[in-house]
Amino acid sequence: MNLHEYQAKDLLRRHGVKSPAGQLARSPEEAAEAARALGGGRWAVKAQIHAGLRQGAGGVQFCDAPEGVAEAARTLLGRRLVTPQTGAKGKLVRSVYVEQAVTFEREIYLAALVNRSAGRVALIAAGEGGNDIEARLAAAPEKMLSLAIDPVAGVVEAEARRLGEQLGLAGGAADQAVALMRALYEAFIAFDASLIEINPLAVTAAGELLALDVKMVLDDNAQFRHADLAGLRDEEEFDPAELEAQRYNLNYVHLEGNIGVMVNGAGLALATVDLLKEQGGEPADFMDVRPEATRAQITHGFKLLLRNPAIDAILVNIYGGGILRCDTVAEGIAAACKEEGLRVPIIMRAAGTNGELARKILMSQGVPITFAQTFGQAAAKVVEVAGRKAA
Amino acid sequence: MAILIDSDTKVICQGFTGAQATYHMERAISYGTKVVGGVVPGKGGRGHLGLPVYDTVAEAREATGATASAVFVPPRNAADAIVESIEAGIELMVCVTERIPVLDMVRVKQRLEGSGTRLIGPNSQGILIPGRCKIGVMPAHLERPGKVGVVSRSASLTSEVIEQISSQRLGQSASIGIGGDPLHGMGFVDCLKLFFDDPDTDCVVLLGEIGGSDEEEAAAYLCANPAPKPVVAYVAGRHAPTERRMGHAGTVNVFGQGDAAAKIEALRAAAVTIAASPAEIGLTVRQALRA
Repeated sequence: MNLHEYQAKDLLRRHGVKSPAGQLARSPEEAAEAARALGGGRWAVKAQIHAGLRQGAGGVQFCDAPEGVAEAARTLLGRRLVTPQTGAKGKLVRSVYVEQAVTFEREIYLAALVNRSAGRVALIAAGEGGNDIEARLAAAPEKMLSLAIDPVAGVVEAEARRLGEQLGLAGGAADQAVALMRALYEAFIAFDASLIEINPLAVTAAGELLALDVKMVLDDNAQFRHADLAGLRDEEEFDPAELEAQRYNLNYVHLEGNIGVMVNGAGLALATVDLLKEQGGEPADFMDVRPEATRAQITHGFKLLLRNPAIDAILVNIYGGGILRCDTVAEGIAAACKEEGLRVPIIMRAAGTNGELARKILMSQGVPITFAQTFGQAAAKVVEVAGRKAA
Repeated sequence: MAILIDSDTKVICQGFTGAQATYHMERAISYGTKVVGGVVPGKGGRGHLGLPVYDTVAEAREATGATASAVFVPPRNAADAIVESIEAGIELMVCVTERIPVLDMVRVKQRLEGSGTRLIGPNSQGILIPGRCKIGVMPAHLERPGKVGVVSRSASLTSEVIEQISSQRLGQSASIGIGGDPLHGMGFVDCLKLFFDDPDTDCVVLLGEIGGSDEEEAAAYLCANPAPKPVVAYVAGRHAPTERRMGHAGTVNVFGQGDAAAKIEALRAAAVTIAASPAEIGLTVRQALRA
């Protein structure tokens, strides 16, 4: 689950990670009021969307008067902000975070994530931060420092201090860095996070460390432990079709093409998308039907494809096995076609458990589907049909 | 002896009485797996599928001599179930449970270190030795006994590839799913070593996907220890959008790490044969064996 910047900062504050004073606003008036309440003479007005690299896209504006804050909020609210992480359509700005602007001497990068090879939570740091830091670190990986945390010992002071030194921190800032790394790790564990990224972490002239921007992702699989955090989920940030798919336990990602795709299993779905692209096709989605999917869930998933006006043809690639049987999928598809109406050609490959039965079910229900014997033949056929329709 | 398990390996099932466990363990028994009992806390002393049920893994191990366990415990208790088996000295565990919190797996990984236990999974379809036995949830009708070892991060892609291999009139020595989660027990390197040492394996197929660094680690291992047998690989997700989770929790890229192109390059540099298309993996295996 992705969080907004203001939510992440609130959660981190509970563990002692400092950030500039700020308030959320949903209208220009609220924004001006927030600036007055916060005090000071300069403010940042920041669009709250689930995407980074906002500053270069005009999503973060600095103002010297509450009237200016209201004006900045007016230009941002209700607008679709396009950043390199939002896709071409951008994301609708529904709230802004008004924050006291801070003058600082340096920017640092500090994050906590799960290091897969080490099997541990790790702190990742760099002596520089700010926009496009990912690209800079990718170009010069030696700048990226890493400290794996032993789950029993936690953050060990001497190791945290050494990391602070490597970041060039001294005096009061070095002490603060140790406390901050501990707080960051504690918050990571307490909230079952999968990523917390503080970028930039500002070092002020007085040696204070302040989180200027925070990206935080919580582990969806641990939500059963955090009923209190459920309210942080912002459903408006999801694509409506993706939200609907989640409700029916389907993994669905909207893509830009014209070939609807329904596959069982993530690996086979990725391979199907690869094969379509390599044959010149453009998938309209990634849809992975889980092994324990019911007929009703498949019906809902297939209706999402039938309702997508961008789709010119649909490929169903099912390898029945484990618990999922091809006949369950066929019954789900037949019900969806009956309820929604079918206006595009469907190519189906049904292999494994009850593949032949799936074919009989769809034929007997009068659903016009072209069957293909192999994965390769099915992909070639749907690319050809979709290409003809699009032309 | 095939790798890791054989038809005389004694297997217990944790979470034995659940619907999924019941379905799959029945199939495992009829396939030839020597299932000797199950563990369900609070249900000790009962029977299920004609086999005894115990309260703890330690009791089950004591009473049956089991050395392997299939974990079908729901996500919130799965990590505890795995740790219990490690403590009880189980040698091989297969965990099929999906959606275990990643920090629970950090705890499991720490307990696995230095223990004598091997863990396959979680979120794995398991391990199958064609014609002999299986622990897990994979279908069994397409496998044929043979000399191709298959190791994979994805269950459904494994079924697809096994059909392709079988349709080339080749068979498999074993197929192992290391699981689709970011943190898991055995990795590609562990499985490659087993297949290289196995006299019944002539060729290994490695099915990777975007996210994580298992493929890069396999490539680094193969650069340092050139493969004694041909290795064929396919990495799914060449055309997946970045920064999105594509089904498996393990398929998110962080820092541009784990994209398919980088994995393919690393494997190619380690003399691994890359299948040009996911529809031609079986064919590529046949060619690699002929070369």
